[in-house]
Amino acid sequence: MEHLIIAPILIPAFAGMLLLLEVRERQRLRRITGLLATLALLPVALGLWQQAASGDIGVYQLGDWRAPFGIVLVLDKLSALMLMLTAVLALPALIYGSRGDDRRGANFHGLFQLQLMGINGAFLTGDLFNLFVFFEVLLIASYGLALHGRGPARVGGGIHYVVLNLIGSALFLVALGLAYGTTGTLNMADFAVKVSELEGNSLDMARLAGLLMGVVFGLKAALFPLYFWLPTTYANATAPVAALFAIMTKVGIYAIARVYGLAFSGGPLAGLGRDPLWILALITLVLASVGVLGARRLGDVVAYLLVMSVGTLVAGLAWTSPEAMGAMLYYLIHSTLVCGGLFLLADLVSRGRGELADRLEAGPAPAGRGLLGVLFFIGAISVVGLPPLSGFVGKVALMQAVPAPLYWLFLLAGGLIAMVGLSRAGSTLFWRATGDGDERRLDGPRLAATVALLATAPALAIWGEPVLRACLAVAGQWSQPGLYIQAVLGTQGGAL
Amino acid sequence: MEAMLAVMIATLVGSGVYLTLRARTFPVILGITLLSYGVNLFVFVSGRLKLDQVPVVGVSQSPSDPLPQALVLTAIVIGFAMTAFLVVLALRGQGEMNSDHVDGKSDGEDG
Repeated sequence: MEHLIIAPILIPAFAGMLLLLEVRERQRLRRITGLLATLALLPVALGLWQQAASGDIGVYQLGDWRAPFGIVLVLDKLSALMLMLTAVLALPALIYGSRGDDRRGANFHGLFQLQLMGINGAFLTGDLFNLFVFFEVLLIASYGLALHGRGPARVGGGIHYVVLNLIGSALFLVALGLAYGTTGTLNMADFAVKVSELEGNSLDMARLAGLLMGVVFGLKAALFPLYFWLPTTYANATAPVAALFAIMTKVGIYAIARVYGLAFSGGPLAGLGRDPLWILALITLVLASVGVLGARRLGDVVAYLLVMSVGTLVAGLAWTSPEAMGAMLYYLIHSTLVCGGLFLLADLVSRGRGELADRLEAGPAPAGRGLLGVLFFIGAISVVGLPPLSGFVGKVALMQAVPAPLYWLFLLAGGLIAMVGLSRAGSTLFWRATGDGDERRLDGPRLAATVALLATAPALAIWGEPVLRACLAVAGQWSQPGLYIQAVLGTQGGAL
Repeated sequence: MEAMLAVMIATLVGSGVYLTLRARTFPVILGITLLSYGVNLFVFVSGRLKLDQVPVVGVSQSPSDPLPQALVLTAIVIGFAMTAFLVVLALRGQGEMNSDHVDGKSDGEDG
């Protein structure tokens, strides 16, 4: 079973290549291949979670090259949790996409699989340069997916997205060059040991490398001042793609947690980037809630809600205590799944409204207005953090773990502003609508996929305690980087 | 040697940043290309500069570091693919929006 660790990369890689090879228009075959590959990720992720939950850190040395020299994949609890979240989000998104959205452009299924490969790889790798490579894999697939379907708005938003990320990649390479130049290693565990022994000039170079990486991950995570690309790109992307992209900002957050929590965890650089992250996260939180209020389309509203969740999460991360990290992970699961569900819901709503699509203007009622209204209500309550759904549990856990009055104020005020924005959106779309949307015009599988994602809100609240406890266990392991280093290098992690 | 490389990297990155900040997609693409050249050189140099040494232990007295060479090769391949993609995207933007302004503004508006 030791080879199971690489399965989350290999399954989508093979499926993606098969799907790209298939040149003839056999959409049915493509859908089945894509769905089977995505379905297969669920048991694999579950198996890996059980493997990691025992507390052992799985290390997979590619080509059997010894750890600091070869590339390693490392499976700890944090990676396993993120893999599971990806698998759970991807399946409904793909089911939704398989109902017709995949016909609006070429190679939707192939790109979807390659995107999953990049995401899973970024969560598993224990090597900084390999992290860069997986970032590029997921980015180039995401460029294709973001532009899937046609339209000037999509291309315009797409250019910004691609150019910004190319600059991000260039900065990442500079950071890697600095990191390698000062320590002579790119293996995260080895790097952590070497960095803690640096002094003088090299120390400043390493600090620079760390802060540059922070900029790159901040761009991926859509942190102020680097989040402006997100609303245009996500709101213009096809719904299943936007739903999958809900995990992409979390890749950035994961990378921050991994690199600052492990690679820069010891020596004089411990706590690097903490204060700037804290301040930027709070600013992101406030500006995104203003964005929710000002948005003119439902897609924009959800995109800003996603940015808001990023602010909430990064602030929790910057507090750097195991409790805050645990609560942050719970909120991360909740916000990813619920925002993904809301992107799908926004598309369902816009389908029945003709020309108006998801613009927030009174018009014809969406098909199945009653049912969609209830779903919107569930999603909205959960995402602003009102009881009794998962957002509330997450926010309470975060506020208990982060006893900073400023954070409480911003979190609550942000939630209030978002609530005003969402109630305006909901009442315009569902109450001030003319006619009575016909429930039968809703597509069954599309509805099922949306319900599946939004149903995680009550589910995460009902099973709140075990999930939160699991998240705290993940955070407990994350806060002891020595364990990770020992597992990878097979030696004591020095002073860490 | 070090000074010359440093000046070269600085020039490449500086011109790259300047061009990337232009409002038309063509200069932006050129800028990103220059930027990635500069960055690739930087990564290459991170293994320290050594003249006339092979990257094989045992053959040379002080072998040059092979890892940055491998890294830079990967970075070049990725950068090339990304640039190609961006060119295609810019052409499509030109076709769909009738303008190569990065915000899709028409030529009459502020350029």
